[in-house]
Amino acid sequence: MVKNYPPKTYTSLTEIQADLRTGSTTCAQLVAHYLRNIEAQNATLNAFVAVYAEQARARAVEIDAKIASGTAGRLAGMVLGIKDVLCYKDHGLQAGSKILDGFTSQFTATAVQRVLDEDAIIIGRQNCDEFAMGSSNENSAFGVVRNAIDPARVPGGSSGGSAVAVQADMCLASLGSDTGGSVRQPAAFCGVVGLKPTYARVSRWGLVAYGSSFDCIGPITKCVADAAILLEIMAGSDDFDSTVSDQPVPAYSQNLPLNKKLRIGYLREGLESEGVDAQIKRATSQKLDQIRAAGHQVEAFDFPLIKYFLPTYYVLTTAEASSNLSRFDGVRYGHRSAGATDLVSLYKKSRSEGFGDEVRRRIMLGTFVLSANYYDAYYTKAQKVRRLIAQETQKLFERFDFVVSPTTPTTAFLLGQQTPDPLQMYLADIFTVQANVVGNPCISVPNGADENGLPIGFQIMGSPFEEANLLAFAESLEKI
Amino acid sequence: MNIDQETLRKVAHLARLELRPDEELSMQQNLESVLSWMQQLDEIDTTGVEPLTHISERTNAFREDTAQNNLPLQRALANAPRSDRSFFKVPKVIE
Repeated sequence: MVKNYPPKTYTSLTEIQADLRTGSTTCAQLVAHYLRNIEAQNATLNAFVAVYAEQARARAVEIDAKIASGTAGRLAGMVLGIKDVLCYKDHGLQAGSKILDGFTSQFTATAVQRVLDEDAIIIGRQNCDEFAMGSSNENSAFGVVRNAIDPARVPGGSSGGSAVAVQADMCLASLGSDTGGSVRQPAAFCGVVGLKPTYARVSRWGLVAYGSSFDCIGPITKCVADAAILLEIMAGSDDFDSTVSDQPVPAYSQNLPLNKKLRIGYLREGLESEGVDAQIKRATSQKLDQIRAAGHQVEAFDFPLIKYFLPTYYVLTTAEASSNLSRFDGVRYGHRSAGATDLVSLYKKSRSEGFGDEVRRRIMLGTFVLSANYYDAYYTKAQKVRRLIAQETQKLFERFDFVVSPTTPTTAFLLGQQTPDPLQMYLADIFTVQANVVGNPCISVPNGADENGLPIGFQIMGSPFEEANLLAFAESLEKI
Repeated sequence: MNIDQETLRKVAHLARLELRPDEELSMQQNLESVLSWMQQLDEIDTTGVEPLTHISERTNAFREDTAQNNLPLQRALANAPRSDRSFFKVPKVIE
């Protein structure tokens, strides 16, 4: 159903730009194509919460003129969606939450500004789990997002709308955010590419904060090359984010392809654990055979700390979230309760009415682990374990160039299947959280499908700031 | 980890949240189960390990101290539920 709309479905910016050069397509036609796909599918899939149709059409005309005069930027022809956690001046922003009802961004996120400066066209704002907290896109004030492969199933989360929009050809690429797997896990569930850059590679200015020592903006695309060009443009120092790295940004899109034999380590649990679907094990093991056949060295490793990834992640991210989300108090923006009698009740009622269940649960957990009596037992303890995980991960990269695993233990599950038990839902992130706990770059690439046609993801993690090689290796897998 | 009702209410107050009476029990159970699961971390010996507090290696970022008006008054107030000229309005704080 997705592929029946003319003109053809593009799978890369390179392909689009080649056609723009020969004049066989225009930005105006591209925008019209994506708007038709949105029109036809969004009522079912719910990937977009706002569509900027008129603006996108007008911008397409401007960029077509720039192409004609030879002054177009490097992303001319790229039609993008942005997750509802990224500020875009004078456009709505709600982080999937009722508490930001009616909020309009006062400025534009650095990452968004940089893609605009290179002539990307933003076609709309995409649904996500509330404040990026979730693995199924079932926790959104805008309602659930559905997987285009099977609308009875979840798209993954929290960047579920962003992944589905690319999957269903409603835009060429999306910008999402990844705090524990929120770009990679939905990319895996939807059969597209998702990249989480190194922590601090991309400025977080204008990204709604969830867990500030984990959050990364990352692209969701149909091919690795598009992720490379987007990262190249978004990354780098920024006066508005004091944590962002000032390391030079390599020309990721030029470094492809890779001509090197690599040492690849695979996580033994990814192939042997009972919790991983048999079909995912099979697909992963076939991929490893292909990597061996391509001349790389492939070896298993054990990581005994794996069972502590998720508890560490949840102690620290709930703590950071409880602090970050304290700004939503009904005073300066967003929802204000009509029933408030004094200032404290204004805070409490506005927050209780505005936040959904999972967000309130995480704020409660974070407040608890930061409270005077439990701070050392939970928060400091988790920070110590985080250091141990970081040290052990670093040792892995002395043995291996890249570390691989399935992106997720299962394929896309049914809507409503896992919502009653938060702990069960958290396990969906078992393979993705490590990269956020330690800050390393990590990518999910499509790796076939299970017997029901549900996409499987293959995850590759690299050393910090080694995105150039990571992308080159990931791209080489598209060809074997 | 046991969370009694008093603790639950205290944490809710610190978090500036109100729990509806009909959700107290499920919140309490959820917190207990997640906190007990988090306590797995106690299995790891972290004696002598320094807490990891920053992931970015950068310690300080400097730029010129020049005045910029990134958020003009009208824009800053534009999202306010209630405002009065140059102020955000809230219920009376001082009697």
